Amino acid sequence: MVTVADTPLDGRCPDGNIASRWDQRKRDLKLVAPNNKRKYTVIVVGTGLAGGSAAASLAELGYNVLSFCIQDSPRRAHSIAAQGGINAAKNYQNDGDSVWRLFYDTVKGGEWRARESNVYRLATLSTSIIDQCVAQGVPFAREYGGTLTNRSFGGAQVSRTFYCGGQTGQQLLLGAYQAMMRQVSGGGIKLFTRREMLDLVVVDGIARGIVTRDLVTGKYETFVSDAVVLCTGGYGNAYYLSTMAKTCNVTAAWRCHKRGAYFANPCFTQIHPTCIPVSGDHQSKLTLMSESLRNDGRVWVPKTKGDTRSPDQIPEDERDYYLERRYPSYGNLAPRDVSSRAAKERCDAGFGVGPSGMSVYLDFSKAIKEDGESVIREKYGNLFHMYERITDENPYKVPMRIYPAVHYTMGGLWVDYNLQSNLPGLYVLGEANFSDHGANRLGASALMQGLADGYFVIPYTVGDHIATRKVKPISADRPEFHEALEAAKSRTAAILNVKGTHSTEHFHRALGKIMWDHVGMARNEKGLLHAIEQIKTLREQFWHDVKVIGSGETLNQNLEHAGRVADFLEFAELLARDALYRDESCGGHFREEHQTEEGECERNDADFSYVSAWEYQGIGTESILHKEPLTFVDAPFGVRSYK
Amino acid sequence: MNHVASKNLNLTLKIWRQAGPKQPGGLKTYQVRGISTDMSFLEMLDVLNEQLIASGEEPVAFDHDCREGICGTCGVVINGQAHGPDSGTTTCQLHMRRFHDGDTIVIEPWLAKAFPIVRDLIVDRSAFDRIIQAGGFVSVNTGNAPEANTTLVPHHVQQDAMNAAACIGCGACVASCKNASAMLFVSAKVSHLASLPQGQAERSKRVLNMVATMDAEHFGNCTNTGECEAACPAKIKLSNIAQLNREYMKAALLSKE
Repeated sequence: MVTVADTPLDGRCPDGNIASRWDQRKRDLKLVAPNNKRKYTVIVVGTGLAGGSAAASLAELGYNVLSFCIQDSPRRAHSIAAQGGINAAKNYQNDGDSVWRLFYDTVKGGEWRARESNVYRLATLSTSIIDQCVAQGVPFAREYGGTLTNRSFGGAQVSRTFYCGGQTGQQLLLGAYQAMMRQVSGGGIKLFTRREMLDLVVVDGIARGIVTRDLVTGKYETFVSDAVVLCTGGYGNAYYLSTMAKTCNVTAAWRCHKRGAYFANPCFTQIHPTCIPVSGDHQSKLTLMSESLRNDGRVWVPKTKGDTRSPDQIPEDERDYYLERRYPSYGNLAPRDVSSRAAKERCDAGFGVGPSGMSVYLDFSKAIKEDGESVIREKYGNLFHMYERITDENPYKVPMRIYPAVHYTMGGLWVDYNLQSNLPGLYVLGEANFSDHGANRLGASALMQGLADGYFVIPYTVGDHIATRKVKPISADRPEFHEALEAAKSRTAAILNVKGTHSTEHFHRALGKIMWDHVGMARNEKGLLHAIEQIKTLREQFWHDVKVIGSGETLNQNLEHAGRVADFLEFAELLARDALYRDESCGGHFREEHQTEEGECERNDADFSYVSAWEYQGIGTESILHKEPLTFVDAPFGVRSYK
Repeated sequence: MNHVASKNLNLTLKIWRQAGPKQPGGLKTYQVRGISTDMSFLEMLDVLNEQLIASGEEPVAFDHDCREGICGTCGVVINGQAHGPDSGTTTCQLHMRRFHDGDTIVIEPWLAKAFPIVRDLIVDRSAFDRIIQAGGFVSVNTGNAPEANTTLVPHHVQQDAMNAAACIGCGACVASCKNASAMLFVSAKVSHLASLPQGQAERSKRVLNMVATMDAEHFGNCTNTGECEAACPAKIKLSNIAQLNREYMKAALLSKE
């Protein structure tokens, strides 16, 4: 039985006309005077698109910013790997786009499980992001006349995606990184690299600092601030295999959760349809092939089960272009959740291709024939090259083989309209929060959200916290800092003291298998209950049997990994419980009990149109569920059809 | 063209082990067996590390993150070549099908005075951040930007800028250079921003400050050997160095800043 809190959670959105809500909020937010800003310190954890843009923008305003990243340089955060593009409602193509349409597509794409006010603000800010990035020197693709160009992405019938070849995330991140480094040089940002946040310090109910471990020296440190801005990304590595970077983890968010921050909608995970299939047991991570490829690539499987002919020997009329067949109006650009499930359905039914039968073709032969190889090479050259390096197959000659993989997590720490968690002074940005994508994120919207949050939302809202609450200077000698520091130290010591027989990698892979098998693309009650028990058992085994070599006083990557896996083993249970409680299918959360005859999601708006925000009660004790009701006025509930 | 069936390799690895920046280091020999040719180079090192943990030895520390060739975190010298034998390829994207059964593979960290060793195969590349900090940006505060299509950028100019901006900051150019020069890295950022209209206001100041910082960080001088271009996984062209030299000359002679 889940305990549900009596009082509904309030997202604190402004009222009135949706188009003017953000303006209204900006009018209501209190300001900190320019000469006072330098008296305040803001901690920003993470240097991806959200963290990098937030740190730079806050320092430009005059705040003292302390910026932390786990990598050796802020330029390496995993936003860098985003390939395809960033959406913006510029309507440069004159094809009917508008702020409202981007808003509507995003709400619909997220299957009516995101907050309307937030999504509308995101769509509004999208155009300023492009202006800002161009001004920084981000080399977006251009037409011959010199204007910006666009491509199409899944879930939209307009071309609104701006891109830099197949390296859009890299170029946007370098723009934010360069803006950050400019502030480092001016003294506005103090940069701490190779630091891992291990705890949040809460004083008198307000987030006032963090505990970190220096990954080179093993030294623990505490930092005091007037606000903490968490930009630590998603939790996809709970599945072990994902397209996320190896260091992506849930630790910072999870430790905040354990200090009282609610975790919202953890079961909303995105499984991306176009990834390079698993090649063997040694596989350490999966590689995405950008959704933009579906602009020109056609997805198909043979019409005959177990057809082992090479793809070029299978005639046109013996191929099943199943996305075009099932979703004629969107075709190969059907959204990610829909396309992933369609691929799984074909493979499970025995039509899959490749050595394991667990992949489908993504075929460029038509586009190469029509547009020429050079055009395709200019658009996707680096992706084709990467595919060939990994698979040893030339996609200009034979179709790519792809299969879905964990890619993004829509869930995250709960935040209100100001991006502040229920813990005052703790702000959560980008993928680490839950706010804008509902149950499924559309392609090219993650970069948009990260930068909207960092460049254009947090600079306004953080000042309101400081001005309204009149936060007072405090010292790191307070007992709360000592307690958090000792807690972080003792957790690391406990891991080193287990001295068991199995490596961290062993436990991480075992967790990944449980998650993929039972909490993956299709979920059901029996499987979820089974997964919860298996996760608990695995967690106990971990604390009795993990083997970590070396000490905590030096650089020890194995120890770092073990700490993250320990947190995943706690978090994964919450993810599975959220999936169990949400007894409906929507977006990335597909419950087999709730599907139409054609295998599409059967949503239940009457009972589940809310955000599930979980309050931590201790390991082994069930969390309390806080519900934030969602209402849809400007994008009323509809059937999410792409047919 | 079609994928060749995978095989298993038995290999001898000679890996640089060094407990810390001040400690002595040396090559240590390990054997790994049954390495699938479908594995990436880093997955092969994962196998070795699992083997070391099982036997109670500390695993080999190496930097890596995205494992898809874009973050620039990974990078080791493999049999004398930065990022190994494949051109335009990071260490994480190198696959074991490039090796043969029975091979001996020597694995060392980037070796350069400006990149001190942290542990085993990990080096400190923060000098690169300090070079960017010296001027590798456009000074535009958030909120100041004009409408994006106000300034037209011809297609070929954007492409030149993009090709230079593609640098992943891994440091292979430095590691492969006999002088440990960072000219390819610096030239990529200078060329990227010099080629775009947005980069014009600070064009002179940028190149002067970045080059001064590069020198202060103890990178060596460029003697146009071209090893950097051959080792670069992002295929940054040597012609960027020519542009850097032109930019520097022009700024040094004509700049009033």
